[in-house]
Amino acid sequence: MSEPSRTHASLLPSVAAVLAGAVYMVFFLAGESQMVVFGLLVGAVLALAAFKHWRVLDAVGQSARDHQGPFSIVVVAAVAAVCLYFYDDAFVLFLLGTVLVYVLTCLGLNIQFGFVGVMNFAGASFFGVGCYTAAVLTKHTALPHLLIIVLGGLLAALLGFVILIPVLKTRGHYAALVTIAFALLFKTFLEVNDTLGGPQGLKAAGLNLFGWDVGRDIAIGDFEGSFYLGYIAVILLLAILGFIMARRMEDSWIGLNMDAVRLDETVSACFGQSIPRWKITAFTIGNFYCGVAGAFYAMMLGYIAPTNFTFGDSLILLSIVILGGLGSLWGTVVATGIVIIIPEKFQVLQEYRFLLFSALVIAILLFRPQGLLPRPLRGYRTLKSLPGKS
Amino acid sequence: MDIGLIAQQTVNGLMLGLIYSLVAVGFTLFFGVLDVIKFSHGDMLTWGVFTAFSVYLGLTLIGLAAPVLILVIVALVAMAAIGFLGAAIAKVLIIPLKGAPPLNTLLITLMLGTVLRESIRLFYPDGANPKHFPALLPDWSHSWGHFTLRFDNALMLLTGLLMIVLVQLVIKRTKLGMAIRAVSQDEETARVMGINFNLVVYVTFAIGSALAAFAGVIYVLYYNELSFNMGLLLGAIGFSAAAVGGFGNIYGAIVGGFLFAMLQSIGAAALPFASAYKDVFAFGVVIVLIAVKPTGILGEKETERV
Repeated sequence: MSEPSRTHASLLPSVAAVLAGAVYMVFFLAGESQMVVFGLLVGAVLALAAFKHWRVLDAVGQSARDHQGPFSIVVVAAVAAVCLYFYDDAFVLFLLGTVLVYVLTCLGLNIQFGFVGVMNFAGASFFGVGCYTAAVLTKHTALPHLLIIVLGGLLAALLGFVILIPVLKTRGHYAALVTIAFALLFKTFLEVNDTLGGPQGLKAAGLNLFGWDVGRDIAIGDFEGSFYLGYIAVILLLAILGFIMARRMEDSWIGLNMDAVRLDETVSACFGQSIPRWKITAFTIGNFYCGVAGAFYAMMLGYIAPTNFTFGDSLILLSIVILGGLGSLWGTVVATGIVIIIPEKFQVLQEYRFLLFSALVIAILLFRPQGLLPRPLRGYRTLKSLPGKS
Repeated sequence: MDIGLIAQQTVNGLMLGLIYSLVAVGFTLFFGVLDVIKFSHGDMLTWGVFTAFSVYLGLTLIGLAAPVLILVIVALVAMAAIGFLGAAIAKVLIIPLKGAPPLNTLLITLMLGTVLRESIRLFYPDGANPKHFPALLPDWSHSWGHFTLRFDNALMLLTGLLMIVLVQLVIKRTKLGMAIRAVSQDEETARVMGINFNLVVYVTFAIGSALAAFAGVIYVLYYNELSFNMGLLLGAIGFSAAAVGGFGNIYGAIVGGFLFAMLQSIGAAALPFASAYKDVFAFGVVIVLIAVKPTGILGEKETERV
């Protein structure tokens, strides 16, 4: 954005990058032996370093930024293609579905932390609110499941209001304390509460959309796919909706005001911005994202327990946001993939994942605090009236 | 409820309050000198306890039999080791991030806490399971009706209170304490006055971390059990206590620590719902308190409002 005279970059590099990424994902997910997986991992790191050295990555980033719409469509198509490739592999499909669930959750946290700067250490708790809403409502009511997913988000947002006043009145460390205390409180509450299943947790019914039982294997003609394909279709749609909404928010005056509040509360208050207003907006929308993702996750998993909603899980969610880059939506997507998929494919790492990710975040904060894919400077090239002029 | 039970709950509450206060004083000291929250503090406590446990095992292995002597050695070694570790962490992780947004330090130490916790779980022999810590103090006790005062509890309470008084004296009366207070008031002026800023920070972190190890030893003597994740909740409680009392204020940390223990005791004994909800109750009250007094009961020194 810095040189106004720069020509529009071509779409080609970004499409090529997405295709390469998709092919890589197929190999990585299909890799059986630990050696293959490890080799692919090392190969990826080396390739990225080489591409960075030859400035290929810059070209890809520029091309993606100049063609956001087409680029996003290509990415979605690539994700769908990867999912279809593994049409009967339940494990891989479940993994991909989980990634998409976490993408939605972390987008919500990114709106809170990356846009307005409200740090939410209780992300897993709000996710859990959605899960428990889904479990209870699918069991005791006959509400349509789509409505239940929305209700999960609404309830999470509503519960967020409980700690809203302390979050608004405090700053910095005191605000962090509020969400930390809430996360600990919430988990203890779930563990000792018998009506919600206590430490054993609850069963949740599978998703049923307008009579389509998503939890059943798909058979269209000769094609037979795992039922997870249906779940992935739904969560992919939800994640896309969430992404578009977050992007629209970021590009609009809302995002601009949120940036102002994050960068300097005092100054933006002097310019007439209402700080509580933007904090409430971001906090509530973010929790809504978490709740929706949680409600869907409960239906996909079929079973939930308090151990999924610990403080440690909240920290992992925050690590994803920081790893990807604060306020960077694509960064969140990429980081979620890394954080969720690598330990699952790498069984050796599974045991060490908390340790490794914590160490990784420490390294990132020390050496690359802007994250893997830093949020680009605000540039209004995406607006139709501006291309070429900015 | 009879008076004996109330007395029992009171002693229990005092013990917990003492432990929380010791942890909270650490938080408040760190906040004083650098305006940072070191969230790995609770896990430093865990490391202190595990160091103590290892030293205890080592001492019994070489045939040392006097329990009180063992206890003294164990406590001193744990405090020295964790104090050193605290200073090292300050050097490697905290000081380099001094210019970064303060929440980055909070995050980095949260992650460091996870690293410390997980490395005990993964690398300490059989670290994932809770372990039994022996009672090293004589088990004399005296009963009044339903209330039994154990000698070791009284001794621990006394030692703990002495420790708090000692820290207070160091901060208020010594040259080192004066340097610490000078740095908390104004770093640059303190530097101009010839105070070695980094050294003061290291020493403060060493003192705070040693206090955490001390609190850990008391905790493990009281409960006779140690596990890799004991520090997480203790750290969060110490943090809450320091915040409720007001960061940077030692008296606030002590008040906050005892207040939190009191809330837990009330939640466990005096309220109509099950005692399992005591933490839910205590954290709930903390959130409300923060909402009412956003910079703690005793208040932080200065606040900027718009």
